Amino acid sequence: MATVSSTAGQSAPTRQRNPLREFFFDNRRAFSALAILIVMLTIFYLANPDVFGNPTTYRSVFLTLPVAIFLVVPSVFVVTTGEVDLSFPSTMGFAAYGFALAVDAGYDPFIGFIIALIMGAFIGTINGILIVYFNLSSLVTTLGMNFLLRGLINIGAEGFSIALPELRDTFFYNLLAGPNEIGVPTQMFWAILFVLGGWVLYNRHRFGARVHCVGDNPDSAAEMGINVKRIRVSVFVFMGIGAALAGVFSVLVNTVWWPTSGDGYLLTNLAAVFVGGTPTWGGVGTVVGGALGAVIVAFIEPGILAAGMSGFYTQFFNGLIIMLSIVGHRFNGRRYR
Amino acid sequence: MSERIIELRHVTKSFGSVNAVENVSLHVERGEVLGLIGDNGAGKSTLIKILAGVHKPDSGEIWVKGRQVTGWNAAKSRDSGIETVFQDRALAVNQSIVRNIFMGRELTGPFGLIRVRKQLEEADRLMREIGFTSKVFNPKSLVATLSGGERQGVAIARALYNQADLIVLDEPTTALSLMETQKVFTFIQNVRAQGRSIVFIGHNIYHVYDIADRFVILDRGTVVAEARKAEVPSAESLIADMQSIARTGHVANEVGLHTPVETPA
Repeated sequence: MATVSSTAGQSAPTRQRNPLREFFFDNRRAFSALAILIVMLTIFYLANPDVFGNPTTYRSVFLTLPVAIFLVVPSVFVVTTGEVDLSFPSTMGFAAYGFALAVDAGYDPFIGFIIALIMGAFIGTINGILIVYFNLSSLVTTLGMNFLLRGLINIGAEGFSIALPELRDTFFYNLLAGPNEIGVPTQMFWAILFVLGGWVLYNRHRFGARVHCVGDNPDSAAEMGINVKRIRVSVFVFMGIGAALAGVFSVLVNTVWWPTSGDGYLLTNLAAVFVGGTPTWGGVGTVVGGALGAVIVAFIEPGILAAGMSGFYTQFFNGLIIMLSIVGHRFNGRRYR
Repeated sequence: MSERIIELRHVTKSFGSVNAVENVSLHVERGEVLGLIGDNGAGKSTLIKILAGVHKPDSGEIWVKGRQVTGWNAAKSRDSGIETVFQDRALAVNQSIVRNIFMGRELTGPFGLIRVRKQLEEADRLMREIGFTSKVFNPKSLVATLSGGERQGVAIARALYNQADLIVLDEPTTALSLMETQKVFTFIQNVRAQGRSIVFIGHNIYHVYDIADRFVILDRGTVVAEARKAEVPSAESLIADMQSIARTGHVANEVGLHTPVETPA
């Protein structure tokens, strides 16, 4: 029986528990993602020790990495419920548009920030209601939403970007993305905080426990009194909020909002979720793994270039690394029904 | 008459044009084991899901301990002290035993944070209590790695945790070994000894006859007969009655079974 094979390791009489082994077992998906990252960075380092031994390389990656992390954490929640959200690139651009317009109009950036978060949450709510209460496919609904919002951006912005030099040296900018003594971009600290918060919510909070159960078996969850619909709507709201955060942080990188903001994140973010060790079938996943997945994806391109290959190779290696890593994750446990 | 834990009054539930349950009135008294029997399609499972709050009745009233409850749903059912062990066991098999036991009922501290250690300890205690002494005795094991009987144990442990007034068991012995079935029976007797109630649904009439204090026979969505155990001489006569119901739609009535009479609460 195939179902037995993955538990063979723990079939010994286990009255006394081994905390260390349990820790590894509980976090095996995240540890796999970490292993992939370490192997990949080692190869890149060996290929070009000058570039990958130089802190500047990491600093430049860490400048934009937070944007990806704000997207990947809520994406793990969505995928764990067995759904998918493809609308986050436009949600990100749209919420950032709201932020940029507010700041451009002279409002305090904090007000713009709140506006962006409300926009993200609102879009997530619309997605959630359509998917859950109208019983639509999340794939198609959010695909439509992605086009719709990008369309609204195009209608409103007519292709023009919004430069926001006035953001620099504001308290808001310094707090989220300002200079610091440590040499690691300030955004990175917020991103790490977000991952920690996401981890607590996912693994140590009632909401996360219910997200797991709903994704695993929605019928069982409903029979046990979990409000399945509310949980499913909530993950899309969370996705909207995460996309809004990503949008604002993407504006802060260069203090410019682009009408294409968010476009490049669609496939890379989904790749990060799966490379990070969250499977497509719902019920299980890992927030930390997802964040590591975002790190992996972020380092692929600079790594390829530093190794001396031309940019034409990046897509190829992107694909190769994604496929190798999901083969690796395959050994973390099969899907049970 | 002892307290009525739950009472359904004139409950009807239909799916499309099919009346799964029609004008059913049913109650469970404190400390009794009620055997619910009937052929496939008689409406047993629908009735159970109404008790569990999974299905909302189209019409009729639900009374819990003498008070009418509105807006009935699964959460309210559990809050009212009703725990259900569903036929499909309602487990999430890719999750740990702990998470399944506390599904929808997480033990939380401030901000909705889960009390991880407390849950582990409680899960451990519960699994021992119901005699769950398998080799993979670890509350963190995935339910998918357990045998059918062990999974049933998880579902029962979950029903036990909240000291529910009423535990509904939908075909709990189907697909269980003889030993495991005996374990379920012991469990039922223990629960009754604590003054709590059980609704037991089974295909095996001998099982139901052995375990129940009172029987309710369903046929095509309605209650066609009910009887206390003292009024039914043997499991065989119960089976004879079921056969007569299947043929004629009513009880032949040479034994103690009688068509239900309206009883005011």
